[in-house]
Amino acid sequence: MTKMKKNIEDALSCVEDHHIVMVGGFGLIGAPLTLIDGLTKKDVKGLTIISNNLGEAGKGLGILLTQNKIKKAVGSYFTSNREVGDYYQRGEIELQLLPQGTLAESIRAGGAGLGGYYTTTGVGTQLAEGKEEREINGIKYIFEPAIRANVAIIRAWKADTLGNLVYYKTARNFNPLMATAADVVIAEVDEMVEPGELDAESIVTPHLYVDYIVQAKQILTKEGVVTNGQ
Amino acid sequence: MGNKQEMQELIAKRAAKELTGPCVVNLGIGIPTLVAKFIEDDHVYLHTENGLLGVIDVEEDDIDPNLVNAGKLPVGEAVGAAYFNSAESFAMIRGKHVDAAILGVLQVDQTGSIANWAVPGKNIMGVGGAMDLLVGAKKVIVTTTHTSKDGKSKILKECTYPITSTRSVDMIITELAVFEVVDKTLKLVERMPGVTIEEVREKTEADFTE
Repeated sequence: MTKMKKNIEDALSCVEDHHIVMVGGFGLIGAPLTLIDGLTKKDVKGLTIISNNLGEAGKGLGILLTQNKIKKAVGSYFTSNREVGDYYQRGEIELQLLPQGTLAESIRAGGAGLGGYYTTTGVGTQLAEGKEEREINGIKYIFEPAIRANVAIIRAWKADTLGNLVYYKTARNFNPLMATAADVVIAEVDEMVEPGELDAESIVTPHLYVDYIVQAKQILTKEGVVTNGQ
Repeated sequence: MGNKQEMQELIAKRAAKELTGPCVVNLGIGIPTLVAKFIEDDHVYLHTENGLLGVIDVEEDDIDPNLVNAGKLPVGEAVGAAYFNSAESFAMIRGKHVDAAILGVLQVDQTGSIANWAVPGKNIMGVGGAMDLLVGAKKVIVTTTHTSKDGKSKILKECTYPITSTRSVDMIITELAVFEVVDKTLKLVERMPGVTIEEVREKTEADFTE
């Protein structure tokens, strides 16, 4: 059995209008740039994107924004793409801002079968408005619901054909979490190997989380994003 | 006071003196990032919330585009470094495993409350890890210029921008002075060389004790 898909369009056929899509990465670092590029070429609308940022202006998810394919974005730091502010100002996108740790933990909870959890982060601030508050052992917490998606697109370093994944340095970030929290998970990777070639002790994402694997063709380099192997 | 860079380095250098190992420290964006180059203790381990414990400087030739800090600036990997995902990184922070956080602010007030994520009247576009660090870091040190670009005090009686947390920070370091926050009041503990008490009073809106 192999989860490898040669064709990006084919791998992304599970993404439908109005879907919730999780996208890994911290800005462009660890973002599934090849799959994002695939979404820019796909006829799809009304997406809710869950990702720390919306790429940068004209890069990564920033392209999807300017194609008006994003209805809503859930993230922690949209500041990195100045165009998001313009779209928001014009009422063309809905934004939900969460503290970065809350975004990460909500995705973790979604993948772990939890309904939500209580956190101290944000208590007493504007971001706690409308959220249930509860005191536990004398400390105030707010409730945060878990987050799940229809599809997660993520970036890893190496995969075996079963779908076991390892990551590369700070390109790991949200990717292993998102791998657990969507109905369909597509990973793009630099290198594909046979089962047994990855050290079992080093595998970060076990294969049961991963549905499809594609070869990364858009690579982040010192000089910016370049396209390989085409 | 000299140019902006000298001022920022003066603040960063003073902040670095607060860090004695072994300890784990998270540095925010801006002046806090500069603190790294003034740390002399080999047992101060730098944590960055995008998933690395063991941040060091990197030479231009060794830059790896997939190895960055929370400000998305290229960094290096120390001997003994470890990588982890974002949820684990923030579990470390909220779980009080990070000894100190050094953060920049837009405003700080005389109770030690800070505002560093939103400006009224502007679109609120980002919060990042600021709120998590405030609730979780064992000690929070603010590094900031004493006044804003238009000369107004950044150390106020009460923050007018949305606060980041109900938790008070522990210390405020500026190019003019160092304050400690004790029981939600400011105590002036140090003046920078050549700074008079009159200058500190004139440029500080907040009440403080000496």
